[in-house]
Amino acid sequence: MRWTKYLIWLAAAGAFYALTLALSGAGFISRFMLMTMVQICIYIIMALGLNLITGFTGQLSIGHAGFMSIGAYAAGFLASTYGGRVSAALTEALGGAGGAAVYYIFILATLAAGAFVAAAFGVLLGLPTLRLRGDYLAIATIGFGEIVRIVLLNTKALGASSGLPVKNSVGWTTAYWLMLLSVVLIYNFVNSSHGRACISIRENEIAAETMGINTTKYKVMAFALGAGLAGLAGGIYANHMYLIHPNSFNFLKSFEILVMVVLGGLGSITGCILGAVVMTVMNNALSAFPEMRMIVISVLLVVMMIFRPNGLMGTTELRLPFRRKAAGGKEDVTHGL
Amino acid sequence: MNPRKNGILCLLLVLMCGVLVLSGCGGGGAATPPATPPAGGSDEPAAGEPINVGLNLELTGSSAEFGLSGQNGMKLAFDKVNAEGGVLDGRMFNYIPADNKSEAGEATSATTRLVGENVVAILGPMTTAAVLGSIQLVTDNNIVLITPSGTNARLTVNEDGTLNPWIFRACFIDPFQGEVAANFAMDVLGAETAAIAYDIVGDYSGGLAASFKQTFEAAGKTVVREEQFSAGDTDFRPIIENIKTAGPDVIFVPAYYTDDGRFVLQARDAEVTVPILGGDGWGSGDMVGIAGAENMNNTFYVDFVYMDDPSLQDFVSEYQAAYNRAPDGFSVLGYESAMMLVEAVKNAGGTDPEALRSALENLGEFTGISGTMTFDPETHNPAKTAVILESVDGVKEFKQIVEPK
Amino acid sequence: MSAEFILQQLLIGISLGSIYALIALGYTMVYGIIQLINFAHGDVMMVGAYVGWYCVTSLHMPFLPALLTAMLACALLGVVIERVAYKPLRKSTRLAALITAIGMSFFLEYGMMFIVSPQTRTFPPVFPQTIYHIGPVIVKYGDIVIIAVTVVLMTLLTLVVKYTRIGKAMRAVSFDKDAAALMGINVNNVISATFAIGSALAAAAGVLVGVYYNTIGPLMGIMPGLKAFVAAVLGGIGIIPGAMLGGLVLGLTEVFVSAIGFSTWRDAGAFLILIIVLIVKPTGLLGRNTREKV
Repeated sequence: MRWTKYLIWLAAAGAFYALTLALSGAGFISRFMLMTMVQICIYIIMALGLNLITGFTGQLSIGHAGFMSIGAYAAGFLASTYGGRVSAALTEALGGAGGAAVYYIFILATLAAGAFVAAAFGVLLGLPTLRLRGDYLAIATIGFGEIVRIVLLNTKALGASSGLPVKNSVGWTTAYWLMLLSVVLIYNFVNSSHGRACISIRENEIAAETMGINTTKYKVMAFALGAGLAGLAGGIYANHMYLIHPNSFNFLKSFEILVMVVLGGLGSITGCILGAVVMTVMNNALSAFPEMRMIVISVLLVVMMIFRPNGLMGTTELRLPFRRKAAGGKEDVTHGL
Repeated sequence: MNPRKNGILCLLLVLMCGVLVLSGCGGGGAATPPATPPAGGSDEPAAGEPINVGLNLELTGSSAEFGLSGQNGMKLAFDKVNAEGGVLDGRMFNYIPADNKSEAGEATSATTRLVGENVVAILGPMTTAAVLGSIQLVTDNNIVLITPSGTNARLTVNEDGTLNPWIFRACFIDPFQGEVAANFAMDVLGAETAAIAYDIVGDYSGGLAASFKQTFEAAGKTVVREEQFSAGDTDFRPIIENIKTAGPDVIFVPAYYTDDGRFVLQARDAEVTVPILGGDGWGSGDMVGIAGAENMNNTFYVDFVYMDDPSLQDFVSEYQAAYNRAPDGFSVLGYESAMMLVEAVKNAGGTDPEALRSALENLGEFTGISGTMTFDPETHNPAKTAVILESVDGVKEFKQIVEPK
Repeated sequence: MSAEFILQQLLIGISLGSIYALIALGYTMVYGIIQLINFAHGDVMMVGAYVGWYCVTSLHMPFLPALLTAMLACALLGVVIERVAYKPLRKSTRLAALITAIGMSFFLEYGMMFIVSPQTRTFPPVFPQTIYHIGPVIVKYGDIVIIAVTVVLMTLLTLVVKYTRIGKAMRAVSFDKDAAALMGINVNNVISATFAIGSALAAAAGVLVGVYYNTIGPLMGIMPGLKAFVAAVLGGIGIIPGAMLGGLVLGLTEVFVSAIGFSTWRDAGAFLILIIVLIVKPTGLLGRNTREKV
């Protein structure tokens, strides 16, 4: 049962992927659309991470762009500093095609490194600051994000104010599959006992503690995982966008991610995916009217919040109607992945 | 079966399809037929077909003021050419603006979008970091890019000395201005010591500061204090106190006019009376209005254009008529980059990418509105005459002219 | 470092800190009463600066009437923002309100940019360009105005909150909204009054900043807004003396970091101080530790 489900899932994801490849091959998807799609994947990964921290665990964090920049600079630095040498050595050792294949693994390794470094910073920030509550935590995380930005602006080895040029070596394929992987990861985490523990902290921290849940441990865990995902997204961003600049990761970027998560629905995986897609598409769709773009977005945001204060999805997940009928909640809990 | 997961998947599929549709309609902006052959095609479009030019500019965000000025200049130039019947037997310029939100990553997106619109050339971005993010893309797609005001030397020539064949610029490079300012400080003002304060956010300012320092110290003089700030800072008083304590003969502040206007104002209020020098960022706006006419006395800056020059008055009045405000340095550069492109299209006799690139490279001597400049095919940098202007009771007075090397 | 240098830098820190304090007051009042981080506060300050600018340049008003007009206009703006955007959300989650505040902030920034263009505007000379020498220290006329306006407004605010009916009502609402309503206090009016006063203070800061630094633009409120928020949290958010203390600590920290030669690390220094203070004393410098009820 479990495996058939996986297979169906995988087949559908693969089918969509094949569809995009076919469409872009036939010229129906322009480069700009493809880049937009990659950006959507990046933002979905970011939003998933923040949703785990803010939506599921209930810790308000507005420093997510800081983690993203850490991941972006870690991956970008590795790729730009060692990429050329690794690529040359590999081509020599394995020939063109084999070398390129192994080089791709190197790039994936830089992404993993970016995610890992960001996660480490997540723990580092998480441990001391998680005793802060609500808005105090929010401002501390904003502060963290800004400190990261200022450090990067002052670090000559990372390009400082000129930015760090990184070759474009990651495209739609990588972004898409890593995004799916992140969805699966977060889905499984949230539906595991760890995830339940996180949700219990959101619902009532004191009650959770009374029930014997080590709240600090789970908060740090959520922070590490969320930061790691932000780092992964940053790595993809760095390897896709040709250049990374510290000011691309200022606190307005953190706001943007938070808006996606809240707009979609805190504590809903499908919701934050929806939020990321809606915001990115809206941003690009309005790019022909630059002076009106932000006005329209801000008005929509305010109106949205007034009429749907819990976001598009609330805490519920989007399901297929016929599936909902067939599925018992009990099965969901016991057999959930 | 787990219904949720299927739901997620389904949602993803639906959304992605939606995205494909939406970004297709939304990204379009100007209505351009998608069926035209890619820019690399050898068949020349028929006469009369419009020439698509992308304007990748800072229309919103922190540098919006510069981007909008540049855009005004570019539009003025293209509208003028179009009104005169276009180029090459009636081909009109069709400009497609794209906002890069004053951010490097968004500039890459904007360039990608413009590439999809089959533009033959991109004008902009105005700032160095934003240009850096577009180099690879335009090179891969054989599209020329002219930055009006990206001054960093490595935009056109990489650090290893190789040329970026598709990148051009309409402005000075950083090293030249810094040298001019340093020589002026030593030779005319007789300075033995100097202090430098520069902005670390854009690298325009740092580039000027570095070359000033190099020239100044190579002549055996000393830089007694270096201070940095971040563009948009309002309060410079602490660093001014530091500089005041060091007691330099001149202060070099090569950033944009808003920051430097505040700097001069606060320096004079702190009774720092020594000459203050700047770069062409000073000429791009109403710096006297910020710092005050009296405070601006004994300040000098390097510029590429002397706005009160009689030969510029046609442009100034046209600009004033079109936009109801005075032009600034960025609008002049925007106008000139557009004129460079127009000239190159004429010389190339069409819009074949390689021909256009080569025409720009071999533009040689080019007369813009700010004077005559010579383009070096080896570096794609224009050699321009620099002028040094002094502010006397709020009026810019011509002080010195420096011929390019 | 000479004593004169240190004194001069101290003065700069106090004048800078006064501005932060003035903006932080509005933040802290709004937070104290409805626990909302009003991210649009910095942008209300920007609007205030523009109103002041308009009064001075187009209506040729002197400084004080321009300041009062700006304060009045922004008080109105604050009430409108509260009624339109925040009031419908009073019953929903805090995050929804926060996102609305962010939306309002973008709306003010870009709406203003649309109306007045991003061009930097300058004030004509409003203050006399007098410079006083007090011992070795140089004091500008503008410094005196800033510090004086800040002190006057803070004193007024403290008096209002302590001794007037509306002040008492504010304190009651901030203590327990429902109980206050039961006692016959019109909570809506009290909240509107809070927004009006907070926004007027922001407008005063905006005009002062505009005149002192002589550059205003549509995005000028972002950084001071964030800094003022930091100041408010530093002092203990919701506590009026805390905002003053936080503003001064922030101003002095920034000046100190710049004075020792790390000017580009200035903001990082400010945020680092904030994080350290929060870790040591999670409710801010003057915050009381409230025990959470189960």
